[in-house]
Amino acid sequence: MGQNELKFVDEFREPELIHKAADEIRRLADPSRHYRLMEVCGGHTHAIYRFGLKDILPENIELIHGPGCPVCVLPMGRIDDGLSMAQDPTVIFAAFGDMMRVPGTQGSPLEHKARGMDVRIVYSPSDAIKLAQANPERHVMFFAIGFETTAPSTALTLMRAKSLGLANFSIFCNHVTIIPAIRAILDSPDMRLDGFVGPGHVSTVIGCRPYEWIAANEKKPMVISGFEPLDILQSIVMLLRQLKNGEARVENQYKRVVPWEGNRAALAAMAEVFQLRPYFEWRGLGFISQSALRIRDSYVEWDAEQRFNIPGLRVTDPKAAQCGEVLKGVLKPAQCKLFGCECTPEHPIGALMVSTEGSCAAFYNYEHRKTAALTNLSASA
Amino acid sequence: MELFPEERNLAVVEVAGVRRRVDLGLLEDDRPVKGDWVLIHVGFAMSKISEQDALDQMNTLAMLGEAEAALQEIRGYGLGQDDGDPPVS
Amino acid sequence: MATAVTSKIRFHEPQIEMAHGAGGKASRRLIEGLFVPLLCESPSGILGDAAHVQLDGVRVAITTDSFVVKPLSFPGGSIGELAVNGTVNDLAVSGAKAEAIVVTFVLEAGLPTEILEAEVRAMARAAKQAGVIIAGGDTKVVEHGKADGMYITTTGIGRLISGVKIDPASVSPGDKVLLSGPVGDHGITILLARGELDLEADLCSDTRSVLPLIEALVKAAGPGVRWMRDPTRGGMATSLNELARDCRLGVALYEDDVPVRDMVRGACELLGLDPFHIANEGQFLAVVAPEHAEAGLAALRATDGGEEACLIGEIRAQPAGSVLALTRYGASRIVDMLVGDPLPRIC
Repeated sequence: MGQNELKFVDEFREPELIHKAADEIRRLADPSRHYRLMEVCGGHTHAIYRFGLKDILPENIELIHGPGCPVCVLPMGRIDDGLSMAQDPTVIFAAFGDMMRVPGTQGSPLEHKARGMDVRIVYSPSDAIKLAQANPERHVMFFAIGFETTAPSTALTLMRAKSLGLANFSIFCNHVTIIPAIRAILDSPDMRLDGFVGPGHVSTVIGCRPYEWIAANEKKPMVISGFEPLDILQSIVMLLRQLKNGEARVENQYKRVVPWEGNRAALAAMAEVFQLRPYFEWRGLGFISQSALRIRDSYVEWDAEQRFNIPGLRVTDPKAAQCGEVLKGVLKPAQCKLFGCECTPEHPIGALMVSTEGSCAAFYNYEHRKTAALTNLSASA
Repeated sequence: MELFPEERNLAVVEVAGVRRRVDLGLLEDDRPVKGDWVLIHVGFAMSKISEQDALDQMNTLAMLGEAEAALQEIRGYGLGQDDGDPPVS
Repeated sequence: MATAVTSKIRFHEPQIEMAHGAGGKASRRLIEGLFVPLLCESPSGILGDAAHVQLDGVRVAITTDSFVVKPLSFPGGSIGELAVNGTVNDLAVSGAKAEAIVVTFVLEAGLPTEILEAEVRAMARAAKQAGVIIAGGDTKVVEHGKADGMYITTTGIGRLISGVKIDPASVSPGDKVLLSGPVGDHGITILLARGELDLEADLCSDTRSVLPLIEALVKAAGPGVRWMRDPTRGGMATSLNELARDCRLGVALYEDDVPVRDMVRGACELLGLDPFHIANEGQFLAVVAPEHAEAGLAALRATDGGEEACLIGEIRAQPAGSVLALTRYGASRIVDMLVGDPLPRIC
């Protein structure tokens, strides 16, 4: 391997090892069984499509995409709320790139930008603080989304804003937690799952303990997985081994990054700054209790929800859009009536089509067009 | 991703020649030092990457299928129970 | 096979967005849906980099391009160089050698003269290097707050290079796709030069005239060269998709053979961008008949600046109209045109 390769990335994409892992999967999978494995995290959904892993797996292993995409589960009403704050021309709306094209009822942040709103892409919440420091006469409102992976960074940013006494900065907190979402999936009557490919990055923060009830109570194996093709394949090997032996344990495939006990400093920062909301609406999953974070009163000056008057309206999805069922893994993206016609990555109806981690966008970009192109060919031949 | 400690909680991290300033605040319990590898998310270092664990993992992956191949070889010598397998030449 | 474009307006979006200038799907909708129906008397349906017109029995190529890059100056070049090389390259990939360029400047009141002077010097240098004369131009000044310093438009006219006939209709299954060098350098350089990200790399824009490389290619493989394009905004994925659409064939892309500098790859990984969608200002794609492809590639590699030229794919009957990327371990995915605009004001 050359000197200039991305370390710890290229090794996990090594073709020979990928073939070995695929062979092992084929060897372990019982041909008389149909395996339904849920990969919770949007990053896994994206990786599976990007690396064409479905082509490598045998037919009787079905990967179901879970709700681990924070953009996808954000209700439209919250996007409207965030945008309403920036109607005031002194306000700068700052958010990550993947928020920019998510549609609110009056359009996406990018569309608002075209109509004159000051919308900026940031790659880190600390960029938003820099923006506030560089523009003292404006107010910077950072639209924070994400699971426990991102929440600690927002927490540290809030702590920094407080220590700087930064008056022209606030955060609109839409952080959600992963465990209640998994619980909601397992409680759902139309779900039948054999095991889970667990979220690798969330687990660097919360560790592996919070999943133990899945193995102990629900008797399903859970393997915390990395994001390279070899990681995902190895995790499937580990799941199949457990299923073959009738076991149900939590295992950590992503050992090189995920500590079993999680990240104490990150959890402490979150505890300092956030508290759980009694309930929060998840797009497609409805209201889930104790599933989202709000900013503590000790940080009220930086809580955008307190500083601004927001409409706070509940916006239901268009009737025909079946984001909820696709999110839960009950429907495949292609089974939604709007998929590929009214709802495409270019003009998305739902967030699952906008976010690169959303199952509809991933399926559309990598799989659907492949099938459509090949079908069109045979039709025109 | 190599680390070049700069200020107290900030470090410059390098990925294939691209340098980025990253916040180390979440790793204050186990501060990385120059030469360490870290996982970065939205400008913050989330976790140290253990080179040893990565190597262990690569070894495990490399050995996939080898246990099976070793078994086949043994059966080929007629020492195993399954005489249906062809001998390994 | 050309697709006839009807003369009805098919652009129904109520306002212009940044994406319409990004070079991807939205740009195409605007051009095909509004400009072509209203401006083209007898549209042929195929949109190339330059137009060929007949003047008293002589075929000449003409093209125009505008440059709104921000920042004006960046590692490896500046707006002036882009303005000259961009037009020279558009002519070159349509099979023509640029002879003369005219320039228009839209300048913002308050622009320091030394900046303007630096750009004009850069243009003079680039023109000399490219062997093209700057024959004239126009200047307008707008109020402070408009034009972001300066916008430049260049219009170039050139003579067709003998020995090559660019015709997408002649592209056939089995033809090879060549790429002149690494992709992504320019776009990422601009993004880093904006200084809004905490990212740094020793990366430069690849802006240059590709005419010498194209001349070498034509000399060695002229009769086999079917199609060429310089992948600017929207990146090589967009250009290849346009090719697939125009010739109604498929492009099989050997993903792992596409040269991308480690730094570009690294920056793209960090930012969640795809190198195939990033703008280039000094590279070109060429489709060459299989019996000439090897000679063509060798000629590129033997020419200054073409050392990293590669064979990156081939034309296939299927999937028609699409680009299919193939990876080492047998996986495949459709690579689409750019959707949206991840990097505005890149050139």
